Amino acid sequence: MKASRVISKAYLWLVLIILYAPIAFIAVFSFTEAKSLGNWTGFSTALYRNLFTGSMQNSSALLSALENTLLIALIASLVATMLGTVAAIGIFNLKGKKKATMNFLNNIPMINPDIITGVSLFLLFVFLHISQGYTTVILAHITFCTPYVVLNVLPKLSQLNPNIYEAALDLGATPMQALRKVLVPALRPGMISGFILSFTMSLDDFAVTFFTRGTIGLDTLSTYIYADARKGGLTPELKPLMTIIFLIILAVLLIINMRQSKSSDKQ
Amino acid sequence: MAQDERIINIEHLSKSFGDKKVLDDINLYVRRGEFLTLLGPSGCGKTTLLRMIAGFLQPDEGVITLDGRNIEGIPPHKRPLNTVFQRYALFPHLDVYDNIAFGLKLRKTPEDEIDRRIRKVLKLVAMSDYEDRDVETLSGGQQQRIAIARAIVNQPKVLLLDEPLAALDLKMRKDMQIELKEMHRKLGITFIYVTHDQEEALTLSDTIVVINEGKIQQAGTPADIYNEPVNSFVADFIGESNILNGTMIRDKEVSFIGHDFKCVDSGFGEDMPVDVVIRPEDIYFTDSDTKAQFTATVKSCTFKGVHYEMFVDTDKGYELMIQDYDAYEAGEEVKLYIKPGDIQVMRKERTENTYEGSVVADGKVEFLDTEFECSTEGFAPGDKVLVSVAFKKVDLLDHDDEAATVGNVEFILYKGDHYHLTVRTESGEKIWVDTNDIWDKNDYVGIRILPKDIRLTKLQENG
Repeated sequence: MKASRVISKAYLWLVLIILYAPIAFIAVFSFTEAKSLGNWTGFSTALYRNLFTGSMQNSSALLSALENTLLIALIASLVATMLGTVAAIGIFNLKGKKKATMNFLNNIPMINPDIITGVSLFLLFVFLHISQGYTTVILAHITFCTPYVVLNVLPKLSQLNPNIYEAALDLGATPMQALRKVLVPALRPGMISGFILSFTMSLDDFAVTFFTRGTIGLDTLSTYIYADARKGGLTPELKPLMTIIFLIILAVLLIINMRQSKSSDKQ
Repeated sequence: MAQDERIINIEHLSKSFGDKKVLDDINLYVRRGEFLTLLGPSGCGKTTLLRMIAGFLQPDEGVITLDGRNIEGIPPHKRPLNTVFQRYALFPHLDVYDNIAFGLKLRKTPEDEIDRRIRKVLKLVAMSDYEDRDVETLSGGQQQRIAIARAIVNQPKVLLLDEPLAALDLKMRKDMQIELKEMHRKLGITFIYVTHDQEEALTLSDTIVVINEGKIQQAGTPADIYNEPVNSFVADFIGESNILNGTMIRDKEVSFIGHDFKCVDSGFGEDMPVDVVIRPEDIYFTDSDTKAQFTATVKSCTFKGVHYEMFVDTDKGYELMIQDYDAYEAGEEVKLYIKPGDIQVMRKERTENTYEGSVVADGKVEFLDTEFECSTEGFAPGDKVLVSVAFKKVDLLDHDDEAATVGNVEFILYKGDHYHLTVRTESGEKIWVDTNDIWDKNDYVGIRILPKDIRLTKLQENG
């Protein structure tokens, strides 16, 4: 009995270590100055200082890649949240076969390999003669983010009292007011989690961005790191940057979890 | 009655969903200030009618007027009506106060006015001091009160209530019925109330409108509807009743359960088949041989709180339900009589199944989208014919391998010595069946008609 508990505990810890070791590795080595990975040359915050003061080689390229990444993620996930919410309301109000079909069509882009999404979007943009750059990357990101918003909003809709929209109309709200004052607030938790999911999906996308960014030299973090690594070793300042991104995402996740457990306590 | 007494007037209203006609030529008016109930089984079209008055659905045909004005095309948010929805439909992200204030704020009512009206309406629904509560922390009954408050605070011309008490338990429902009636009296607003609960309708309403299969069956006061049902559906749906086949021998004399009775109805003609309704409390026990009209054996006796409910077999083999304050033991021989005024005679809606059909080949006729075998003597293939089949000549089977077509049992009426079933066939038409077998509602049945029981007559061609 006791032995099996020890084993199961050990197994759990082993899995956790394997999962988190790479992240911990980067975090630890972000506090040393060694150029090559895995060399510990004593504790230092020099890399962090370099990152924030910009006194490193190629720092402007890295910072512009970061800026691009955040901007694209923000715009794409905002638009996807709006599109996805409206789409979810539409799908929810369909009946029978049509509803099943739309749900199915919504799921396909999520399972579709990124590389196929990327190549097909690339071909589409070429076919439509849209010059590739910022716009096409944002459009592409909206495309693959929207299904996640739909998926997050749909369950909120089914929890909703079916008459709630009509109740708002009945009390004198125009359809737009009913949407803004009743439907959106009720769907807000789903929209927020859809937005966050979209944001992270957009942040770490490589394949789709790579195929739709064209040749104007637009770089996001993922394409920058890819190019950087191929040029011969990672820029050391990427280690503190990744550590910071990881911590931000961890914080966001903790906030979401706390909010969720608070709202389920209320019920 | 003066026109301006009518707050809502509905004329020739029809609505279909796909192929299904849910409302068929509804004509109805609602008097100012009355409590009107739309009563019917689920799927009868009553909620559809309410939703068209509220503006959530558009009629296919017909006109609804409010205060003499056609409200066609006016969207729900511009109609001076408010609705209390099934399962309340409160806004979960707003507290009690903001839920009730929702309509007033949209109308830009001044803050202090909103405040005053909310306090007043909360007092009316006995929910003072609940302003700051989260609506999801309230019980079902409390949520229902808030839903009512949210609607009446806007002072609508008509309050629409869509089965508002259906989600509450029995005790709570009874209490809320009394409170609703009281609210209606205090407010003086016209109430249109939808329910499938006949007892609720009888308790609350000034006027009851009984709806079935998209048609108004009867409209009248609760007493009218209970005492003078116009057809066997209403008689069966409202209260308990014995519904029996009878024959009007002549004016004021009717024959049923094998005996002749004096009654107060006339104008049916002589030897006319009719339906007879006797309420179970209108059959009396007697010791006197001269008073007794027939005898019966008590089959069962159950105490129902105030009265006893007994089932008896009459001397001619009919089963009747009787309610009385005195108990008679099972097995006891009893003498019974019925007063002339308690016999409700109704014209029969139909006496046999009739369909339009056509002869497809020698010995074959098509109706109900099915080919049946029968004698087609005197007819040629292609002839249009009127097909008649007696109710008791239709066989229902619990398997479909020998059946000509299939259907579902829609409605069951016990007529003292047999069941009268309404069966919806695959083709969507109805076939009525008299049978001694016991079927349940929604049973899937095979339908068989023997060739000798199908009667054909020539159909008069128009033009």
